[in-house]
Amino acid sequence: MAKIEAIASAAKDVAAKLGIQKFDIYGSAVEETSVQVDSGEPQAMKASQRSGVTVRVWSEKGTVGVTSTTDVDAAGLEIALKTASEASEFGATENVPDFSPEATASIAAHESPRCTPAAVDTLLKTLVTAEKELLEAHPAIAGVPYNGLAQRDIERFYINSAGAVRHEAASIASLYLYTKTEAEGKKPRSAGAFRIAHGLDKLDVNGCVKEAADKTISHLNYEKVKTGKYRVVFSPEAFLSLFGAFSNLFNAQSILDKQSLSTPDSLNQAIASPLLSVCDDALHPENVGADTFDGEGTPTRRVPLITNGVLTSFLHSAGTAKRMGTEPTGNADMGAKVTVSANFFHVFAGEPAQETYRLETADNVILIDDLQALHAGVQALQGSFSLPFDGWLIKDGQRISVDSATVAGDIREVLNSIIYVEPEGHFTGGGVCPYIWVDSLSVTGE
Amino acid sequence: MLATPLLLTKELPNLKYASTSHRFDETWAAPLSTLLGLGRAAGADFIEFFLERVNYIGCMAEEDAITSISPRLSTGAGVRVFRGKADCYVSTNDLTFNGLKTALEKALGIMGLTLPGPNAFIPEINLELLRDYATKRNKEQWLGETSSMREMGDVLLAANGKLAQKASHVQSRRAVYFRDWQEVMVAASDGTFARDIRLTQSVGYSLLCADGANRSSINKRVGNTSDPGFLRNWNYEDSAEEVAESAGKMLYADYVESGSYPIVMANEFGGVIFHEACGHLLETTQIERKTTPFIEKKGEKIAHENLTAWDEGLTQDAFGTIDMDDEGMPAQRTLLIENGVLKNFISDRAGSLRTGHPRTGSGRRQNFTYAAASRMRNTYIAPGNYSMDDLFSSIDKGIYCKKMGGGSVGATGEFNFAVDEAYLIENGQLTKPLKGATLIGEAVDIMQKISMCSQDLGLAAGFCGSVSGSVYCTVGQPHLKVDSITVGGR
Repeated sequence: MAKIEAIASAAKDVAAKLGIQKFDIYGSAVEETSVQVDSGEPQAMKASQRSGVTVRVWSEKGTVGVTSTTDVDAAGLEIALKTASEASEFGATENVPDFSPEATASIAAHESPRCTPAAVDTLLKTLVTAEKELLEAHPAIAGVPYNGLAQRDIERFYINSAGAVRHEAASIASLYLYTKTEAEGKKPRSAGAFRIAHGLDKLDVNGCVKEAADKTISHLNYEKVKTGKYRVVFSPEAFLSLFGAFSNLFNAQSILDKQSLSTPDSLNQAIASPLLSVCDDALHPENVGADTFDGEGTPTRRVPLITNGVLTSFLHSAGTAKRMGTEPTGNADMGAKVTVSANFFHVFAGEPAQETYRLETADNVILIDDLQALHAGVQALQGSFSLPFDGWLIKDGQRISVDSATVAGDIREVLNSIIYVEPEGHFTGGGVCPYIWVDSLSVTGE
Repeated sequence: MLATPLLLTKELPNLKYASTSHRFDETWAAPLSTLLGLGRAAGADFIEFFLERVNYIGCMAEEDAITSISPRLSTGAGVRVFRGKADCYVSTNDLTFNGLKTALEKALGIMGLTLPGPNAFIPEINLELLRDYATKRNKEQWLGETSSMREMGDVLLAANGKLAQKASHVQSRRAVYFRDWQEVMVAASDGTFARDIRLTQSVGYSLLCADGANRSSINKRVGNTSDPGFLRNWNYEDSAEEVAESAGKMLYADYVESGSYPIVMANEFGGVIFHEACGHLLETTQIERKTTPFIEKKGEKIAHENLTAWDEGLTQDAFGTIDMDDEGMPAQRTLLIENGVLKNFISDRAGSLRTGHPRTGSGRRQNFTYAAASRMRNTYIAPGNYSMDDLFSSIDKGIYCKKMGGGSVGATGEFNFAVDEAYLIENGQLTKPLKGATLIGEAVDIMQKISMCSQDLGLAAGFCGSVSGSVYCTVGQPHLKVDSITVGGR
């Protein structure tokens, strides 16, 4: 906090010296250590201490200029404020952003425990042990080519010339393990698992090892799936990654920019099966490292996006909320153009299902565990997607790994074709979501 | 002549280095050589410092207004310490002597090393005379010669206006530009001491058209690495014409029917097929992880005999062109595949140390927060001897992939990439537009199926993401034929 106060004080002094009346600053400081191993030996270790701020300055005619800098001492802030002031002369003259009306509103109490960082030796021992256990889990597991154990302390702050001062900090540890197999007469296969927690001691390392091993082993015996239409079950990870790729559906800035599948008139319309409900919930108890305020200082909150299939709200910055006559939602990212993004999706069942389904008794159903290459295979503005995936064909409740296949469709059809939302939600790191059943999708195999 | 006496560690607090604060020049030699010596005294096998200053600006026009001008200033450094084949990388924003020493001490500590006591001699590290690539081609003047904020706005608004004239059913239109000016310095305990200035610029369109339920979105970007006047020289009228035509054709396109097809890949950005299917798998990073099928294949035939491919950093103006890499090594032309035979891998320092393949001037990183890794520069398939007619007339039913989207390759060599603009080929002729295609395959398999290359090599600007972040690169190829590939669609 002392550093934040120093930055705030220095910024005020510099602004006064430059004759800048109105400004705000969003910044962060990160301390991070990470390790990777290869065959029991340390391979690449990394540490960084980095900080940066984004400065907005309003010109006398009310236009805004923005500059980002990694120099947060007085000299660096002065250059940033000067540059932002220069940029403000060329700022947009319509829909000019202003301070959030909630930048000084009280913030709900939210516990975000801090942890003392573990020693690098401890990180290495933990990862070496995890790698060893994974290699011993099955003779075909020949390596863990992608692995990493990281811990980071993050501090964020927001200040403005109208007196707003926000500050918060969080500790996060994360682990990923991604295997590769080699078996006689078989193609190499791979699978992975990821965990995140407040600190190394809270990290579910054993669960990560077990999940990576189980998935890898389940993919050893694979088959080509026949091209056709299949009933599809999305794992929580797969559904959240697909849903997130089309988040322009709820993004007020995208909607105002006509870069969305929704329009302002889409509110209160059915866009999904009534079985589905979704909230953006930064303060969800399972959100590790939750942000209590956004890039404009607006407190975050639970925002119901889809309620029983009906689009109930958009995600807003202060500017989009003003333009659409509503309240900001705590989803703004400060920048030359303020953008909007989701914080933490919570997907859950809406209206009760008439019929329930179980993977244990399913037949001829594709279970999609992990969607790949979303950056390439998603046409976010068209609604369509065509994506490779890892998963299984379920035959009489038995899982058969699917080799080299893609799933294709339209997100609006997917949402409307949901036939079952399982009751149990699963934490994935980026959200909480149950398994989601979709009636029919095109799968390309052989 | 008496040699300068070696420093004792206890003298460090009294040193008064006066390095130039606003540029990386010879004044950095003394503090960096002291720090490198300190690292060697602590027991490190090799130490490298990477210093960076960035002056970036992005600008966007939406419809007929400038909605974003965003400068970014960044300064930082990273120190990499090797002990045996293990390494540690620590980055910091603090470029003072003490800030760099703290980063070094942290890196040494992570490697199990400690700075020597107060009476230890600091070994001399004799850095070479500064190899200053920034003195080439007037680079010192480049930043001042680029477009002003006002000019950026004027050009983008004019360009977006032109797009409005050319396109129909426009839902949204954007023109975007960025200029990334970067000054770097590398100093290493093997005596490397080099500096460079890079200027990377890109400008392009993003167009979304809609007519009822029909939608099409087309992006077009061009890039440059050495023309300060690049933006003002941009032929936006031709670009607008091209983007508008593509979007118009794709607006009412049918979805591709999934299956296995022969395809013709267009030149320029079609080179993403080689980038994903083979280029990444020739990086020593992949050899280290044993995630490439080409590990033991040097000197062996891994591709069709009609395929030759290069990775290099020397093509004038190309988006992946660098005079030196981020480890201070001059760029070079690296022949990857010659007539189907694997000739070389793409290697950085760590990759060379761990795999034995020679460095190729390919150690690249997004910025100072990343350690360098083996990364592609300008990567392309060389032109062949076939004509376009030869390619198309050899196909009864297939797909012409005119404009590619992005792609990726996984740990097992399986790759995929999206097609933004495609057409059905029937009896050697283009018939109807198609959309929604994703090409998937395996590297080993596809390389044998690139059977015909035409003579029209073209390069395109792109961004490549990997272990050392996102770097600018070029993909390229002539028109080529793939005998068969799996196409995912509806």
